Amino acid sequence: MSFSDVMTRISRSRWASEVARYALVLTIALLAYAVVLLLAGKDPLRALTDTASYTFGTWLGFSEVIVRMIPLLLTAIAVALPSRLGLINVGGEGQLYMGAWLATYAAITFTSLPPGLFIPLLVLFGFVGGGVWASVAGYFRARGLVNETITTLLMNYIAPLIVGFFVYGAWRSREMGASAFPQSIAFPDAARLPRFLGTRIHLGFVLAVVLLIAFWFVFEKTKWGLEMRAIGGNADAARRLGINLGLYIVIVMFIAGGIAGLAGMAEVSALHGRLRAGFSPGFGFTGFLISWLAGGSAGGMFAMSFVLAVVLSAGSLLQITQGVPYAATNVLMALILFIVLMRPKLLGRLS
Amino acid sequence: MNLGSLAGLLSGTIMYGTPLLYLTLGEIIGQRAGMVNLGLEGIMLVGASVAFAVSVETGNLWLGIGAAALAGAAFNLLYAYLAVSRGANQLASGLALMFFGIGISSMIGRPYVGQGTVGLQRFQLPGVTSIPGVSATMFNYDAIVYLAVPLAFLIWVALFRTRWGLSLRAVGESPSAAFAAGRRIGWIRYQAALACGLLAGIAGAHLSIALARTWTEGMTGGRGFIAVALVIFSKWHPLRAIVGALVFGGAVTLELQLQAQGVGVSPFLLNMLPYVLTLGVLLIWSGARRYSAPGALGRVYQGEE
Amino acid sequence: MTNARTVPGEAAAEGAQSAPLVSLRGVTKRFPNVIANDAVDLDLFPGEVHALLGENGAGKSTLMKILYGFYSADAGTIRMDGHEIRIESPLDARRNRIGMVFQTFTLVPAMSVAENIALYLPELPFLTSDRAISRQISDLGDRYRLRVAPHLPVRDLSVGDQQKVELLKLLVGKTRVLIFDEATRVLAPHEIEGLFEIFARLKADGYAVVLITHKMNEVLACADRITVMRRGRVAGTVPRASATQASLVELMFGAVAPTSAPLPSAPAAADGPPLLELRGVRTAPSAAGTPLVGVTLSIRPGEIIGVAGVSGNGQRELVDVIQGLVPCAEGTRVLHGVDATSWGPGRIRADGVGFVPEEPLAMAVVPWMTLHQNTVIGNASRYARHGGVSLDWGQVRQDVATSFEELGFESLPPYVPVRKFSGGQLQRAVLARELGRHPKLLIASYPTRGLDVRTAESARRVLAQLRARGGGVLLVSEDLDELCNLSDRLVVLRGGAIVGEFRPQDVDRHAIGHLMTGSGAEA
Repeated sequence: MSFSDVMTRISRSRWASEVARYALVLTIALLAYAVVLLLAGKDPLRALTDTASYTFGTWLGFSEVIVRMIPLLLTAIAVALPSRLGLINVGGEGQLYMGAWLATYAAITFTSLPPGLFIPLLVLFGFVGGGVWASVAGYFRARGLVNETITTLLMNYIAPLIVGFFVYGAWRSREMGASAFPQSIAFPDAARLPRFLGTRIHLGFVLAVVLLIAFWFVFEKTKWGLEMRAIGGNADAARRLGINLGLYIVIVMFIAGGIAGLAGMAEVSALHGRLRAGFSPGFGFTGFLISWLAGGSAGGMFAMSFVLAVVLSAGSLLQITQGVPYAATNVLMALILFIVLMRPKLLGRLS
Repeated sequence: MNLGSLAGLLSGTIMYGTPLLYLTLGEIIGQRAGMVNLGLEGIMLVGASVAFAVSVETGNLWLGIGAAALAGAAFNLLYAYLAVSRGANQLASGLALMFFGIGISSMIGRPYVGQGTVGLQRFQLPGVTSIPGVSATMFNYDAIVYLAVPLAFLIWVALFRTRWGLSLRAVGESPSAAFAAGRRIGWIRYQAALACGLLAGIAGAHLSIALARTWTEGMTGGRGFIAVALVIFSKWHPLRAIVGALVFGGAVTLELQLQAQGVGVSPFLLNMLPYVLTLGVLLIWSGARRYSAPGALGRVYQGEE
Repeated sequence: MTNARTVPGEAAAEGAQSAPLVSLRGVTKRFPNVIANDAVDLDLFPGEVHALLGENGAGKSTLMKILYGFYSADAGTIRMDGHEIRIESPLDARRNRIGMVFQTFTLVPAMSVAENIALYLPELPFLTSDRAISRQISDLGDRYRLRVAPHLPVRDLSVGDQQKVELLKLLVGKTRVLIFDEATRVLAPHEIEGLFEIFARLKADGYAVVLITHKMNEVLACADRITVMRRGRVAGTVPRASATQASLVELMFGAVAPTSAPLPSAPAAADGPPLLELRGVRTAPSAAGTPLVGVTLSIRPGEIIGVAGVSGNGQRELVDVIQGLVPCAEGTRVLHGVDATSWGPGRIRADGVGFVPEEPLAMAVVPWMTLHQNTVIGNASRYARHGGVSLDWGQVRQDVATSFEELGFESLPPYVPVRKFSGGQLQRAVLARELGRHPKLLIASYPTRGLDVRTAESARRVLAQLRARGGGVLLVSEDLDELCNLSDRLVVLRGGAIVGEFRPQDVDRHAIGHLMTGSGAEA
């Protein structure tokens, strides 16, 4: 069988071509990354083997990848959901912070609740925090005032400042020997999201998977999903057919922001147990890129968030083992994006 | 607030406003050609890190600025390649560039963290001290600052009084009409991207070698995004951009001044000012905006470009 | 193949030169589903008006777009002044002094007239001078009676004036061949006469003018030679002197012209409470478009109200305000006797109002969705089950089949994205969907624009059927024939107000035209 035959066979099977497409993107990106590493004076081969043996060889390594995957998947859904309506949500970062913020408020205020009540409360507050933040942008867009791309972008910068204000101020931890970074008062144990399997994988994973399935179901099967896709496909026609654009926009942005807010809540509640300023290394933006890379498809987002979680995990690992600067991870992400954006012919044949 | 701090406010406004103006002017050119670049943050960082690194290595600040301009141009041409030649989504391309710029600038600047530079030489314009009421200390800036406003005028003339500007604006208003008139859309957009990159690089250079006189990771602090908002604030007009840059430079300076004077307002709240201000302005001017935005941008914000 | 074909070049008009300016030979163009041009031969002479006649879809527009460089031909040659030339883009075409005035203008709305024209000046200096350009514009304007104010932004101009700017663009570019694609569509009757006068002056100055049209009366009024196209082929080229309505019809349609079956007529008396009443409705001014100023209108069951007017005089606003897409700044909107002024589009639609727009792909459907999916979004509450969690696709299938059958339409593939449908198929799909809901009131906005004769006829028949069943129709159209044939009452819309209301048989066309343009009662 010639190369051309193989390609034709793969492109006929939709599943196979999706997988092949991602695999190809990854391979090219890794090669480019290898070049970057070489230029930085590091050993790419060793980097690859270190990463592989840690993330796929050890249970701890693999579980850490899952842990990293959780906020990425959630923020990706937070972008994909509005994108079906043609809305561009670049505000995952800010929504995430606001979810964490409101959840922290709950955690340190209602301290005497039992876990059975506390956890749902945190989920609610996390969702509402991010949701309200995003719905502001949704409202302005629905009223035709400002495009949501700009609004969410700007609000991304306001949210961490709000968090900083509280962490350095009213919520500041006064513990003796507190770390150099100001952090909030610790969450009570009951407010910590449960973990599974003796690892750091936490309830957030369940939430993410459930939401992903719900996302898929709503758009594939329900009336609302079809109407939302109509808005995304031809907003003018949708309006004329009586679909209530404004309501959908605000509600969808609320839900999307809420999902991103859950990501923030989960990070601080499950992993840190406190609110820290600047705790997100750009999850929101990464989520945007994942959603975009996956074309907003549920399966694609799951796959891409896994892949990027591996990349980020490797980034931290390589920082330790080879002193590769974390910034190189940004470069790798950018390279993956460039390759997809360039739409080389090979990828085109596969999609 | 005394006269001294008023002078400080003015000087701070100008120093903070200048890189913003360069950035905004560059993005105006780009958006007038129909391109929205969300990656200015990354490009500015690249400019800042390159300027600093080259200045420290060669001891020549102007070489640093030149290198920063070229680096900025190269990066923005990469954006143009994606958005124009490969037809990629402009917003995603811009964000990709942002990540790229953050990463590369961090790697370039790493060896130089903690070092300082003497800073770009400041001087007074000849004849300015003869104006009554102007003291010697008030008007003491570097060349990039002095060139900013003339540059804005130059860009205004270029956009509105030349054949090149007419073609560029046509491309940004209605690419199909420009194409029907025989303009090569891709070529014009590449030129716009080149100009935008040069200016963004210079803006970054000013930040690291004139204002802060050092390099820190992520030192642009969101200016790249403020510039995108400033473009709307100035209704895509180079002369109005001067006002916008001054307003925002002023807001940042005011915040620092209040901090220095021990005014009991949290720095976090003050830091929010520029963004909240921008949002407020966007809301108030939403109606007017629709008349003045270049026609092709609508498709970008719908995700179709 | 007919036998009325004349050898190109033989039938040159009197007074024209003997060598053609442009010669097309064997031009062929194929698209995925259709052969748009099939070995077409054509000659254009300077100093004559050459009409390209044929029904919608005959290939006339495609042929000229090839000449203008928008498409490239799959086969054939183009000769200019006897030399073979290659035209691969509009730039090439303009270099060869070929220009085209399109149906949709290629003007930059936000820029001024002068700037738009400057864009087309071949020798524009680097530093542009407004004054020089304005002078050129007024010189040309005087010569050919094309006066426009140079400093106005184009979007503020009327459609007729925009067309003049389009023509000025070509004239400053020193074109020699001027192609007009359905140029009269947007003009009122006496404005059309003005355009023909401009043609006469251009002809006298040696330009080669090509008019693409499907209207026979225009062709007979202004052309020197007429080339009739049918199904992508040239059916014949005849000089004006020897052309008659009958001969042209034969060339356009073959041996037999399509006879229209008589339309179902209105029920004996249009009675009952009005389906729709607008009382003194005003809409808010907006950037583009003409706001309504005090419109009072009513539609009763069993009647078709025709709305005549030059495009851009408030038709879009009227249609939108009835559907609830635009709020009434003043006045009331009453549906079936109930005050619906505050209702949104969803509620109005649910109350039995349907809409057939002029651009179905842009306004009525989601292009990537299938026929069935588009049917669902047009009536989602009917197909939702369990509160919206699932959809009853079986019911959808049934409804679509029933509707197509009732209307006598051939069925369409249900699982194909509707953007792949032809214009006629798409409009039929929209009609089926809207009428399948059994609306009491149907708003039809330019429903037959750009459709082939068969589909246009069936669309009109469908409207008449609805009327016969007691429904009401608001028909907005630019085709006065269509309006006069179908409407029970005709209103004329100008500047956002109704300036005339009468029965079509009571007023003559020219009077209607003058009402449309407000140009006084000159005959």
